[in-house]
Order: sequence, then C-alpha cells, then structure tokens
Amino acid sequence: MGTFLTRHRGMVPYLLLAPGLLWLAAFYVYPAFQMFISSFWSGTLETGFRFSLENWRTYPAALERYGEQFGRSILYALAATILTFLIAYPLAYTIAFRGGRAKNLLLFLVVAPFFTSFLLRTFAWKIILGDDGVVLGPLKDLGLLDPGFRLLATPIAVVSGITYNFLPFMTLPIYVSLEKIDRRLVEAAQDLYAGPWRPGGTIVGAVVGGGLFGLLGAIFAFDVLLMVGLGATAGAVVGTGFLSESFARVTFPLSLPGVFAGTLLVMIPALGDYVNAALLGNPSTTMIGNVIQTRFLVNADYPTASALSFILMAAILVVVTVYARLLGTENASAVRGI
Amino acid sequence: MAREAAVTELAGPRLGWLDRFARVFDRYLLLIYTGFAVLYLMLPIFVIALFSVNDPIGRSNVAWRAFTLKYWLDPFGVPGLFDAVATSLKIAFASTVVATALGTLIALALVRYQFRGAGATNLLIFIPMATPEIVMGASLLTMFVAIGRPPFFPLNELTILIAHIMFNISYVVVTVRARLVGFDRHLEEAAMDLGANEWATFWRVTFPLILPGIIAAALLAFSLSIDDFVITNFTAGRTVTFPMYIWGAARIGIPVQVNVIGTLIFLVAVGFVALSVVLGRRRA
Repeated sequence: MGTFLTRHRGMVPYLLLAPGLLWLAAFYVYPAFQMFISSFWSGTLETGFRFSLENWRTYPAALERYGEQFGRSILYALAATILTFLIAYPLAYTIAFRGGRAKNLLLFLVVAPFFTSFLLRTFAWKIILGDDGVVLGPLKDLGLLDPGFRLLATPIAVVSGITYNFLPFMTLPIYVSLEKIDRRLVEAAQDLYAGPWRPGGTIVGAVVGGGLFGLLGAIFAFDVLLMVGLGATAGAVVGTGFLSESFARVTFPLSLPGVFAGTLLVMIPALGDYVNAALLGNPSTTMIGNVIQTRFLVNADYPTASALSFILMAAILVVVTVYARLLGTENASAVRGI
Repeated sequence: MAREAAVTELAGPRLGWLDRFARVFDRYLLLIYTGFAVLYLMLPIFVIALFSVNDPIGRSNVAWRAFTLKYWLDPFGVPGLFDAVATSLKIAFASTVVATALGTLIALALVRYQFRGAGATNLLIFIPMATPEIVMGASLLTMFVAIGRPPFFPLNELTILIAHIMFNISYVVVTVRARLVGFDRHLEEAAMDLGANEWATFWRVTFPLILPGIIAAALLAFSLSIDDFVITNFTAGRTVTFPMYIWGAARIGIPVQVNVIGTLIFLVAVGFVALSVVLGRRRA
C-alpha cells in the first residue's frame, strides 16, 4: 500500500475522489445529457427511438400543449414559497432568540414530519381537509359554510400540501442564519438609539403584507382587493409590534442568506412536485410534474417528457441565477460588511 | 454552543400604548404563535397515528369510526406490504453503505488536500441537491431506456439502488465535511511523532474522531433512501418499495396497516434521536 502512495503523493486526492465522482458522472451527469438527447427522439417503445435534430419541434409543441401546467407550477410554487416564508420566519426567529432551553426540542419538532413518510403526510392532509373532516365538518355543522363547500381538489389544497411538506426547508436555513448573528450587534444597535420603528414598521408591514396577500389572492383567484386589505391590516399590526429599528437594520439583513437559501430549497422541489397535486388536487390543478410523470411512466412518450423535464431544469437554473444576482450580491456585501 | 440571553429588540424610556402593545407582542404573541406552528407541524403525524388504530369499513380509511388495536397486532396482514417494507429496508441499507463510503472519501479529499479541480468537485456535489428529484428520476429513466438491455432495463431493484446511491452521495459529503472542518490536525501529527505510520494514524486517530460525522451521514442517507418516492417512481419498474406501495394503494384506499408501519417508522426514528441525545449528554 505505502510505497506507491508515498511516491505519488499528488495522486492521493484523486484516488479518494474517483469512485464517488465516477458514480455521479455515470448516474447524474450522463443521464442528464441522455435526457437532452432523448428529447430529440422520435418513435415509440415498440418501434425503437431514432435521434434527429429535426425533432427540435418537440420543444415548441410541448410548451404550447403544456404551457398552462407550467404556468400553474410557477404560481403554486410561488404561493407555497410565500406561505412557507410567512409561517417559517417568526417560527425560526422565536426558536433562535426566545428558544431558551426548549431550543433543541423545538428544532426537533420542526424536522419531526420528516420522520414519517412523505406520501402518508400528504395523505393525512387529504383526511384533515376532507369535505366533512376536522376543519370543514364543524364549520358546516355550525352553518358557517355551505354544505357543498370543499377544499380538496382545489388549488388551495395543493398549495397547502406543498407548503406543509416543504416548510422545514424554509425554517431551518432561516434559523441557522439567525442563530449565527452575534447578539452584541443587536445590543450595539440599541445602544446607538435603535428603538421602536415608527411609523416605518407599520408602513413596511402594511406594504409587505398587502403585497404578499394580494399576490396570493391573484394566484388563488380570490378577491384581490379584499386580500390586499386583509394583508395590509395584518401586516400593519405585526409591523407595529414586531419591527423595531434594530430588527430592520441589523437582524433582518443578516438573516437574508437564510431567507435566500430557504426560498430556493422550497421553490425548487415545489416546481417539480407532482405528489401533492396527484393526492390533493383534481385534473384542473395538474402541475408540470404530473404531466412529466404521466408522459414518462404511463404514455411512454419519452421525447415530449424529456423535453418538458429539460425545460423545467433550464427554467430552474434561470430562476436560481437571476435570484442569486438580485439577492446574492447584496447578501455577500452585507456579510462582508460585518 | 453557549446559550445567549434573549435580546429584547425594543428599548425606550417612556412607554406609550404602542410600546406596550409591542412588548406584549414580543413577550407573548410570538410564543403563542410558535405553539400554533408546532400544532400545525404535528397535526398530520397525529392523524397518521390516529388512523392506525381506526377500524374502517371497507378499504377507505379516511373517516374515524372506532378504536381497535387489531392492525397493530397484525401489521403485515395485507398482501405485498411485508415484501415492500423488506425491499425498502434492503435498498436503504445497501445504498447507505455504498454512499457513505464513497461520500466519506470525497469529503476527506476535499478537506485534507489541495488539488486542481476542487471547485469543479464542489459544484458536482452541490448540483444534485439543487436539482428537482423529478428531473434526476426522469434522466435516469431515459438513460436506462437508451441502454436498453439487462441489467439496466427492464427496471428493477438494482436501478433503484443505483439511483439512491447517486442522490445520497452529496448529502454524505456535506455531513462528513462539516465534521472534518473542525478537526484538530495536531492530533494526527502527534500520532505520527509517536511513530504511527499514515495507515495506523488514519484508523486509530482520524477515523474514530470523524466517526460521529459518518454515523450522522449514514442515518441521513438511510432515512432519505427509505422514504424516497419520486426518483424511485421513475427507476422502479414493477419493483414495489414502501412508498411505492402507498402510492399504488392511494387510489383504492390505503390499508390501516400502512399507518401502523408509518407510525412505527416514526417511533423508531424518534427513538434514535432520543438515544443520541442521551448518549451525547453522557459523553459531555
């Protein structure tokens, strides 16, 4: 063993890397390349597939045929990302700054859903949101809701499922970035007369709340004005109570790397998800993941399915890059500024 | 990790009603909110466990009827479930062993050596974690179809195993690397000064010290593998794993036994966490 390695010291890292990287090259990189090739196939599983550049038309055809599902995936993923952010930020903040002795227990509770099966968790929401389930049943009995009202098979059910399933992906990175903040920075800001932020906090809360709720309203086709009003009111209350100058100028900017990571960690799987739409939705809530899954595994329409997956991957790369440009550089300078 | 005192982000000598509201908000509302958030997180887990002791009529286990323990006493009483769970365990075990070995070697190379191509290696490790599962599953499927002959096509346990090792490598690298970065290299130098060769130093000093990182990585890989649905869906063919079994049953009604197994998996995982906490305390 020894002599060869002592004579060729420079080889050691490559020998360590080789097996794992070859595995990734063979079963990640090469398949991705093959998928691109397959999108230029024509033919069926029975007759065999033939490659031809002429088949580039698969792309515009697939986009035209499934543009609606692509659009829906983007909207649902956006809605789920907004919702996970709204739910996760105060949760992560409380665990990081007010967790005390319960910090580890709370963190455990955040990841506990991962200890049960993803499919069973999603199916559990089908029970919870059921037409006579624990949420709708009592409301209907009290006469507050029309007996025919349902959540299942609506965009709300699908987005709720995605939100729940990917919530820990938003909470953990935000928690980590908040936990890392040097508490003395916050104290220093307060020593330098950072106090309650008025009316700034109220205004910012109202604008952000109104904007995000309005967006959600537009996605779910609710009354947008009503949603903006609700969001602005809630945002103003939360902004008044929660947004201090030190939070706005120290804590929040320093937590942006976590928000950035969390957004991507939720957005990426949400864009490709088909489990939530399949279990909680109906044909009118079909996402692009459902189309890709059916095209591949039911119809064996490999060319179209490959083209769709490739477009999805490319779209995600564009989103990640643009997002990194928009938020990433500012983040980097904020971190460097310490 | 030292626990810091809670920092109140509010200061000011005179308290108006707005300040008092802000203080109430800060003291109580955040905690109340966190309570609700935790309830929300636990609700589906509670439902899964609750419906494992339900006694439904027919196959549809979506409405509460009556309490029974009979499914807990006969957890594999539906055809195919035992085989599905066994297949899942087998694949999870094999993919964990291989991915943990390959990933640990990569982590050692990345932290211990400076070499050309380290940036590209990091990128190759990162990209699979940033790729939607459906894209990885789909691309593996196109490759298996394109190769088109056994053992790769038709799809079977081997193709699932290949896929699971692939997506697990990155997670192992990240977990083990985190442990290696905080490693005191003087310990190794001391061993070498005392006459140990590199081989002995690695096995007697380095390996025991990074073992907790390797165990953590293996547990993560195991749990990712046993619960993977999307990539398995694309690479399984007719092979049925536990998640594939649930998917297949979802249309006609999930048998109560599936909830029993799901609850058992949850309890085992919680048990592992509790054990690691207890062991960690004892060591400290």
